[in-house]
Amino acid sequence: MASLAPTFGRGAMTNHWVDIKNANVIVVMGGNAAEAHPCGFKWVTEAKAHNKATFIVIDPRFTRSAAMADLYAPIRTGTDIAFLGGVINYLLSHDKIQHEYVKTYTNAALIVNEGYHFEDGLFSGYDEAGRKYDRSTWTCEMGPDGYAKTDETLQHPRCVLNLMKQHYARYTPEAVSNITGTSKEQFLKICEILATTSVPNRTTTFMYALGWTQHSVGSQMIRTAACVQLLLGNIGMPGGGINALRGHSNIQGLTDLGLLSNLLTGYLTLPGEKETDYHAYIDKRTMKPLRPNQFNYWSNYPKFHVSLMKSWWGDKATKENNWCYDYLPKLDVEYDILRQFELMHQGKMNGYFCQGFNPLAALPNKKKLTDGLSKLKFLVVIDPLATDTSCFWENHGEYNDVDPSKIMTEVIRLPSSCFAELDGSLTNSGRWLQWHWAGQEPPGDAKNDNEIMAGIFITLRELYRKEGGAFPDPILNLTWPYKIPHAPSPEELAMEYNGKALEDLADPKDPTKVILKKGLQLDGYGQLKDDGSTACGCWLFSGSYTEKGNMMARRDNSDPSGLGNTLNWAFSWPANRRIMYNRASCDPSGKPWDPNRRLIWWDGEKWTGADVPDFKPDSPPSEGMNPFIMHPEGVARLFALDKMVEGPFPEHYEPFETPIGTNPLHPKVVSNPAARVFKGDMEQFGKASAFPYAGTTYRLTEHFHYWTKHTELSSILQPQQFVEIGEELAKEKGIKAGDMVKVSSNRGHIKAKAVVTKRIKPLQADGKTIHHVGVPIHWGFKGIAKPGYLANTLTPVVGDANSQTPEFKSFLVNIEKV
Amino acid sequence: MALQSLDVIRRSATTTASPHQRETAEVAKLIDVSKCIGCKACQVACMEWNDVRDEIGTNVGVYDNPPDLSGASWTVMRYSEVETDRGLEWLIRKDGCMHCADPGCLKACPAPGAIIQYGNGIVDFHQENCIGCGYCITGCPFNIPRISKKDSKVYKCTLCSDRVAVGLEPACIKSCPTGALVFGTKEDMKHHAEGRIKDLNERGFKNAGLYDPPGVNGTHVMYVLQHADKPEIYHGLARNPSISAWVSIWKGATKPIASWLLGIAALAGFVHYITVGPNEVEKEEKE
Repeated sequence: MASLAPTFGRGAMTNHWVDIKNANVIVVMGGNAAEAHPCGFKWVTEAKAHNKATFIVIDPRFTRSAAMADLYAPIRTGTDIAFLGGVINYLLSHDKIQHEYVKTYTNAALIVNEGYHFEDGLFSGYDEAGRKYDRSTWTCEMGPDGYAKTDETLQHPRCVLNLMKQHYARYTPEAVSNITGTSKEQFLKICEILATTSVPNRTTTFMYALGWTQHSVGSQMIRTAACVQLLLGNIGMPGGGINALRGHSNIQGLTDLGLLSNLLTGYLTLPGEKETDYHAYIDKRTMKPLRPNQFNYWSNYPKFHVSLMKSWWGDKATKENNWCYDYLPKLDVEYDILRQFELMHQGKMNGYFCQGFNPLAALPNKKKLTDGLSKLKFLVVIDPLATDTSCFWENHGEYNDVDPSKIMTEVIRLPSSCFAELDGSLTNSGRWLQWHWAGQEPPGDAKNDNEIMAGIFITLRELYRKEGGAFPDPILNLTWPYKIPHAPSPEELAMEYNGKALEDLADPKDPTKVILKKGLQLDGYGQLKDDGSTACGCWLFSGSYTEKGNMMARRDNSDPSGLGNTLNWAFSWPANRRIMYNRASCDPSGKPWDPNRRLIWWDGEKWTGADVPDFKPDSPPSEGMNPFIMHPEGVARLFALDKMVEGPFPEHYEPFETPIGTNPLHPKVVSNPAARVFKGDMEQFGKASAFPYAGTTYRLTEHFHYWTKHTELSSILQPQQFVEIGEELAKEKGIKAGDMVKVSSNRGHIKAKAVVTKRIKPLQADGKTIHHVGVPIHWGFKGIAKPGYLANTLTPVVGDANSQTPEFKSFLVNIEKV
Repeated sequence: MALQSLDVIRRSATTTASPHQRETAEVAKLIDVSKCIGCKACQVACMEWNDVRDEIGTNVGVYDNPPDLSGASWTVMRYSEVETDRGLEWLIRKDGCMHCADPGCLKACPAPGAIIQYGNGIVDFHQENCIGCGYCITGCPFNIPRISKKDSKVYKCTLCSDRVAVGLEPACIKSCPTGALVFGTKEDMKHHAEGRIKDLNERGFKNAGLYDPPGVNGTHVMYVLQHADKPEIYHGLARNPSISAWVSIWKGATKPIASWLLGIAALAGFVHYITVGPNEVEKEEKE
């Protein structure tokens, strides 16, 4: 999300699962789709079987995905930007880019501010003391007409394309091989295959997951791949895209509905503490077009925002009180999960709610987490399972060696139903909201999460009503229109997210006509108003539950185009579009780049085709509107402007715990200079002298996170914790397959069985031999599988600089036979 | 274990003729090793459909788990890390009963009707008739049947004979996410395999081929192998499986003698039961 939105405009998988079958080249990198997404992986086998696709896997380990690949290349963990930066250099220096696409649909021609520069690993504006950048020079030069300046000839030395060439010239095949450990021959072979898709009728698709997000430079890894795809002209195309494969079945829905600390629904943002003025808040987010004739969809921000406020506070939200703007919390800092546990650890947090979340297992540095949880006054856990977190105070011998008599935290466990025990929608990786129905009743006293939250809310509201409080209004005035107040139904919530008309809505083209009567469900977010006449709980979901019924429950899989765009199956945000930015699947004149994969086209009067056009439906090609409509400049960003915290071009930085101890590109700036590190955590980073091996954690196909250690069948398939090492390291350490080993980092240790394999080979990087130690995560001290250690005992507390996703994929360990 | 008596064409240790009023098409399961991602969904489906559960064991240093076939695991994934001319390959083979056209287990079995073969090619064990002697294990050229510690009876894949009898595919086929497992008539499966082999040839697997070994007159579970010239690299898949000579002798000249001896033994047992009473199982043995 933190990389795709700054690059393309929206933070989600650009294409969808079924569309992978249309690819010519498939790259799995920063992910392991065969193991982590076995059902979705079928579309890779379809592409191979029916489209003669070439399948490439790049991973530190030869995974079950690699077992299916035509070509596998090993890579040192944490060096993906070096690899992909090398690909950018290859494409630019071998002239293997899709010129017309790059010139017209990306910001290649934009002229960058004179003050921008990059030197010795740092971009302009670095503040070393604050570990952050002043990003004011990472902007474009503005012309006298108020629009950004461009050079369509691409000759200007400060146009984005030339700066990009200059930036990545350092990423030679030799430099790439030296950093990544991938052989030069394998690297070049992959470059050649990718380059074959720079023509208009061939595409590459990238499939990634936590193997990219869980790094201190994770967002920039994804952005580097996004830039490769833009240079190849593969965004918006069937069989193209940057495809974020989600781990939890509804994690896309989580961000869509604003469950991150800085978000409102639909990627609207919470105000900062200085943003006390409503109009300034709205003005800042209502984008002004940066180039002439662009759609600039975020110019509609006020409509989305006001409709959300009307959905939450109904009649209480009025123009006079700025639609209850004062009710919104104003952030001093972002309260991401790492900060939450830092505050807990400092004793600055009293109570904590875990709903469907097992942080003791899922967050880094178990010791710090346990210390933090022990300082709470109360901990509420809403979960179907007796999670490790809910039992953090129990002594389980070596696996959880705590002293319960010293822990005063009161733990309240509220048993909830699991996903199969309630109706509702799940939003998959491909942005499809798919309705599902309960398979059975929840057991015992377990209640649906809706009921649990409603019960807590009603009790709290009653307390505020009786006792008052500092600011009871937002709670007392919240709309609560549900038939059964203590049990809002999934349908009621879904209808609320879709939104409805609060007044008769007039046709904008003919104000005498009413297009929607008061009280009816909206057809889509195109009908939203900023005058308080519409309410909508999540503008992106508008269209999912209309007067025609529950669009998410549709199950018609007819596919007239043969491209897998089943428009009547469920509902895909935004506006039921299946492939985002699909205007870019056509040339500037409105004809599909590939006559064999016709997704949408201009028919002389309107945009039409096999998908919902991601475009102004009646804007003719001659108007020059560009495909990336969420951006005020209408184009995708090779240069991210000021949207990323560590730089407008992705740059290779080493993991915070690096086995080579330096950065061969710029030894003075080794790791991400803009990543936030809390004081105590910095001191807990280990060094290669004591912990010489590159540790990396991951999932196995047999298990799902920390849930399935509670289920019998999954536990039969992988009963006991293990770690994986290569044969060479095993020989050096005298370890045989099946031996018990101890893996330690600077933060703690785990013990597990050793799997010794040919599939992890030592790599040569910066003149050193690098061994990887693979640590699957699925075990813990609760459940019916053999008890094990929580793998995150080992991992360091530092997150991606933009999203704060922890660096689980690259850290340092030692290993010895027990 | 469905009792489709009309479709039974052979029964172990039985001399009466089998019915052949009705003819059924031969079926086959095709396992495309080149498409298998080793997810073990088929292992789960097998345990769920047949409602058996293996134990939660230990890790023995490999991905294979449970580490071997058992009374409750009728199919397991076998993972082999092999260096070939293409570099490292991780070959993942679903192991289980091959449903031989000429089944060594059936021939070796001394218990009447404990092993039967249907007209569609499925070889099925009827555990109620099984005496737990383990001869079928000796007779199997693929080392598949396993004696259960719970009840001393032998178990193996039934090719979901109960599902197939009512027109469904076996449970493992239904669960396979990548289409590595397919099911149909044996002719259709051979045809499907041809297309897969062509694709593999084009991807540089010059020796890709179908595994349908003639030594047992072909099988009703077949493999598409990337390296059909070297079946042994797939966790020791037999290159030329055939029924052991001892089973042939047992089934040939010595059979009447053996049957006669068996009869004597049964009679002796009966006499022992009548005169002495049933054998008491010691408590320790029960444990």
